Amino acid sequence: MAHDWSQVFRGISPEAAASARVESQAAEEKPGGWLTQLREGLAKSRRALQQQFASVLFDRFDEELWETIEEALIYADVGVETTASIVAKLEAEADAGLIKDRSGLITRLREITAAHFCQDDPRIDVDHQPAVILMVGVNGTGKTTTIGKIAWHLKELGREPLLVAGDTFRAAAVEQLVEWGRRVGCEVVHQERGGDPGAVVYDGLVAAEARKADVVIIDTAGRLHTQVNLMKELEKVVRVIKKRMPDAPHECLLTIDATTGQNGLIQARMFKEAVNITGVVLTKMDGTAKGGIALAVSHDLGVPIKLIGTGEKLQSLQPFDPLTFASLLFDETLGRV
Amino acid sequence: MFDSLSDKLQAAFEGLRGQGKLTEKDVERAAREIRLALLEADVNYKVVKEFVDKVKTRALGAEVLQSLTPAQQFVKIVNEELTALMGSASTKLTFSPRPPTVIMVVGLQGSGKTTACGKLAKFLLGEGKSPALVAADVYRPAAIDQLKTLGAQVGVPVYDEGTTSDPVDIAKRGVEWARTKGRDVLIIDTAGRLHIDAKLMDEVARMRSTVKPHNILLVLDAMTGQDAVNVALQFQEKVQFDGVILTKMDGDARGGAALSVRAVTGKPIKFASTGEKLDGFEYFHPDRVASRILGMGDVLTLIEKVERTIDEKKARELEQKLRKSSFTLEDFLEQIQQVRRLGSLSSLLGMIPGLPANKLKGLQVDDRAFDRIQAIIYSMTPEERRHPDIINGSRRRRIAAGSGSDLHAVNQLLNQFKQVQKMMKQLGSGRVPKNPLQMFRNPS
Repeated sequence: MAHDWSQVFRGISPEAAASARVESQAAEEKPGGWLTQLREGLAKSRRALQQQFASVLFDRFDEELWETIEEALIYADVGVETTASIVAKLEAEADAGLIKDRSGLITRLREITAAHFCQDDPRIDVDHQPAVILMVGVNGTGKTTTIGKIAWHLKELGREPLLVAGDTFRAAAVEQLVEWGRRVGCEVVHQERGGDPGAVVYDGLVAAEARKADVVIIDTAGRLHTQVNLMKELEKVVRVIKKRMPDAPHECLLTIDATTGQNGLIQARMFKEAVNITGVVLTKMDGTAKGGIALAVSHDLGVPIKLIGTGEKLQSLQPFDPLTFASLLFDETLGRV
Repeated sequence: MFDSLSDKLQAAFEGLRGQGKLTEKDVERAAREIRLALLEADVNYKVVKEFVDKVKTRALGAEVLQSLTPAQQFVKIVNEELTALMGSASTKLTFSPRPPTVIMVVGLQGSGKTTACGKLAKFLLGEGKSPALVAADVYRPAAIDQLKTLGAQVGVPVYDEGTTSDPVDIAKRGVEWARTKGRDVLIIDTAGRLHIDAKLMDEVARMRSTVKPHNILLVLDAMTGQDAVNVALQFQEKVQFDGVILTKMDGDARGGAALSVRAVTGKPIKFASTGEKLDGFEYFHPDRVASRILGMGDVLTLIEKVERTIDEKKARELEQKLRKSSFTLEDFLEQIQQVRRLGSLSSLLGMIPGLPANKLKGLQVDDRAFDRIQAIIYSMTPEERRHPDIINGSRRRRIAAGSGSDLHAVNQLLNQFKQVQKMMKQLGSGRVPKNPLQMFRNPS
């Protein structure tokens, strides 16, 4: 089953999405479509959790059971604070007699977990001419790769994306984005390495207007949130964008690596402080990492998880649905393996 | 979260303070806080469980009960156990008697392999080796360009065959190339791969059996969460790595993943990589990271740095002066110059324990402020430096003009100096000033 990509991007007509669906399906290597890929990725996460629950989840709610649920959440990198809050809610409902049995417990666990995510519109806003998307994040989280994937999907939907190589710092970062641009078949605005990112971004916006590009996707250098000067540089990039287009950037997406632990929350807070994050892309969800830090980040920042990255192919990008995420983490067979 | 962590531990230890004996309840409470602290530091929960049990057993034993200061003993036990778990000494690389020594660098995508390869090359150059690099990442766009750029920056040759050859063949021919070029260490940069990607894990296993590297280093992002254990175990099974390079240590992640990896694989963390600059690479010190994971500050690093830089004789002279409270502007200048030799102020401040992260946040120490202070002091006569009290209005104007600053800056410096003088007196008399940061604040 394919995803309706008009549900992923705001401002895409259902007709455009319908025609693109066929093409993107054909381009897929694995049979079974998007959800299968997602399931395959998440199944790995699930297995570990099942083992956790297996030994204790009988139809009784004792101290050991709560501890097992706690540990399973901790193991998914959800974090101590969020875990405590979810388990407390579940425990209160159980104490009030609202949860009768094991399957009821799993259902509520999923629902409470899903509800903990920020519930805002998860679609990526491309309903502008041009729409400007700024990608930010710490080093190695997958910004450039994610840009390649988003650009490919937009191209499939009949949009004309333009990429801007705002990472003027890392060795060969420009070449990497140019290569993605070549694979996708879209233009990349870039300058010499070591230049001012603000200047490249300005050039990019001018070029986008001149060439009537629909969506401008701006790559930025990976930076640790603790580097105050680099965070200031990011603020400047936003100021440069606003100077040319006062209502842009329309999206400011933060990439978070699913393998990241509790530091992910601190990262997200600092990036939110510097630039107004509108959504999170949770990358590398095809590994064994559970990506639980996304839960804390989404809740704490009040921003939705918009996409998840599940591999290195252009197609390996999935829309994010909180309940699906929670359901795949806490399976029906939980405890009965 | 970060701050409350330190605070919680502090609070737990506070409870232990001032008591002659430790009750089981006290130990339970402190152990609970340590458990939480370690989990927040991303240490794997199984490792945490074992660790806390061990500490509890030791703490409940006579060792602590007989101690005069139970709090100190408890912290010591935690720190010792943590250090023991991390491996009690830093571990060096294996060098082959028949060069080239081959080092294969492996890891997940985005962990920082390519950068680490460049930094390792620079590090080895500094150790008197003549390293070379091999670009065996044929998958990620522009990975080869990145390594070539790094190689050029460091000044070491890079072997590559573009993206069409098999990485195993590239590595094999790379070793031959290094031999003919007379390079004694060869660092192979491999593609980032998921530990569950059978095809790519097989490739790296084949590379290992073909090239037979003397060292295989796993690159691990210090920010990695609970999954670090899975990653490490899989890489151990497939390539039997010898040690770990812990990257992105300049962030504020506590690096609990390092502890997990060490605990489940028994493999040492060999190097720590910090910062965007290529010289941010050093041997890993388990004791220091142990205290970082616990949030006790990197005291040891600071102490070592200070020891290395500050002249002992001068330190003794200063101590004499402190005792006599004859601290002058000349000494102040000397102090500034010594501090500057330690490195940038912001990096120094980060190492001082007891300075909470929230106080440091936003406090950007401007090293250029020192240049201005130096200029002002240089514009004084020796007499003025020794007896700042004689500096009157007309002297102030002359000093301001001479140093290219203004009256305000001169006044500010003199006030700051008075504060420091006062602080030094307090230190000399054993009292600790309330806010040690005051003297580092930007004068503007």
